[in-house]
Amino acid sequence: MSLTSDPPATEAVTKDPGADASVPALVVVPVRHPWRWVAVAATAVLLVQFVHGLVTNPGWEWDVFAAFFTTETILHAVWVTLQLTFYGTALGFAIGIVLAFMRLSASPFLRSVAFGYIWAFRSIPLIVQLLFWFNLAYLYKELSIGIPFGPSFLSFDTMGLVGEMGAAVLGLALHQAAYAAEIVRGGVLAVDEGQLEAAASLGIPKLRQVRRIVLPQAMRSILPNAANEIISLFKGTSIVSVMAIGELFYQVQVVYGRNGRVVPLLMVATAWYVLLTTALSVVQHYVERHYAKGSVR
Amino acid sequence: MSSVTKTADPVDGTTTAKVEIRAVHKRFGALHVLRGIDLDVRAGEVTVVLGPSGSGKSTLLRTINHLEKVDSGTVGVDGVLVGYRRSGNKLYELREREILRQRTRIGFVFQNFHLFPHLTVLENIVEAPVSALKRPRKEAEAAARKLLERVGLADKAEAYPKQLSGGQQQRVAIARALALEPSLLLFDEPTSALDPELVGEVLDVIKDLAASGTTMIVVTHEIGFAREVADTVVFMDEGRIVEQGSPAEVLDSPRHERTRAFLSKVL
Repeated sequence: MSLTSDPPATEAVTKDPGADASVPALVVVPVRHPWRWVAVAATAVLLVQFVHGLVTNPGWEWDVFAAFFTTETILHAVWVTLQLTFYGTALGFAIGIVLAFMRLSASPFLRSVAFGYIWAFRSIPLIVQLLFWFNLAYLYKELSIGIPFGPSFLSFDTMGLVGEMGAAVLGLALHQAAYAAEIVRGGVLAVDEGQLEAAASLGIPKLRQVRRIVLPQAMRSILPNAANEIISLFKGTSIVSVMAIGELFYQVQVVYGRNGRVVPLLMVATAWYVLLTTALSVVQHYVERHYAKGSVR
Repeated sequence: MSSVTKTADPVDGTTTAKVEIRAVHKRFGALHVLRGIDLDVRAGEVTVVLGPSGSGKSTLLRTINHLEKVDSGTVGVDGVLVGYRRSGNKLYELREREILRQRTRIGFVFQNFHLFPHLTVLENIVEAPVSALKRPRKEAEAAARKLLERVGLADKAEAYPKQLSGGQQQRVAIARALALEPSLLLFDEPTSALDPELVGEVLDVIKDLAASGTTMIVVTHEIGFAREVADTVVFMDEGRIVEQGSPAEVLDSPRHERTRAFLSKVL
């Protein structure tokens, strides 16, 4: 353990004695850090105690953990969690990008509507929003396509169309969109105005300016924040358990409700969340590297 | 190079001058930056615009390709109004797409280069020809390599802008502007952001372009360059053109006290 960089005293730096014979060779003595060593020792003891507890305390019931970690119920629940994350992110960022450009638009009306949306969806707790969506059929029994305020051509039964899973995805996505919009807007604003002027002066078509010049550069500041959001949404899917959807956290609760093995089953959920978050972080690293092309840091 | 004489209003479309600026005013809030500018630039000529900071010279340059909208007055290039279409006594604002189209005829070189940092040198140069002029990529790349050779950077095609020195970046920016084969080139203090020892290489490229007969308007503080290359020197102060004429007239025997005061400080 070499947390300090104190070089051995024998290798102490000496000034070149040949440079000037009239100047005596000087030895630099590095400063010592005794308290740092005390802190290192104390931290190490605590760490060892913690690991020791994990291994020896029978309460963790590692055999139960191992038995349930890859059972079909749990794997299926992991799959549902991943689906909720994927659709929530995809739909959330799609809406978020539209909202971001509305907020950057020249029209005060579009700007206000986007601002209002973001204000509302950031203000209402996710769990409340989810329960609203779950009870959508109570407010609107039928959804129909037609002329606004006029006759309708097609009608759907709300719950039949949206479904439980749909309601959950919608709730997560609409909530996510508000945050995604601000992240995308921040990224676009971080692109130097000179870039837009250069693109405009070259006559590059507007849509192409956005796709080819602005977004790739905005991605550099969007990505770290977006990754945060995706990871937080991934763990946030556990809140959907209030709607009795069989995602990871709900399923784990069902199992320990039956067999009473609370701690090892919570560890099953924990291990899966940690594992998949790690995978997302690895993906994030490579995507960021892709967008760092041409950059010096 | 040109015996073209001053001509009719660009609004009438009968002009023979390359650039015609008429009674242009521009305000930024309370600040009146351009206070009635009239200026003609003839085809094939090099016009150098001098003046203290805040005199409105960069703003004037930016109105010529509509990066800056004028509050009143008109700007015409090649006998066509920039940014507007005239019908009777009304000026209709052009759609953005039409303005972008107009800009492909006018090259602009910025003080801070504004190269696209995430694209290689070659991609920077071919972007506009491919996306704005719909040139085939292969053709555009071949043309881009020729331009890089012309600015002395044939070996930097695959480099990213941040791997180049300031002078090299500015030469790439000039090549990027030339890739659209513009009929007019605008330079906004092209050497002001460069280390002194890199100024020469950029000015050499601009001189080379001047010698080939490209019409150029150059905003700069390089008096030596103005003396050597300019056909016309324009001196601006506080949003007005104080005087204009040949380099000998304006630089060596200025008629206005303000011009003399400025030159005595920069020479």
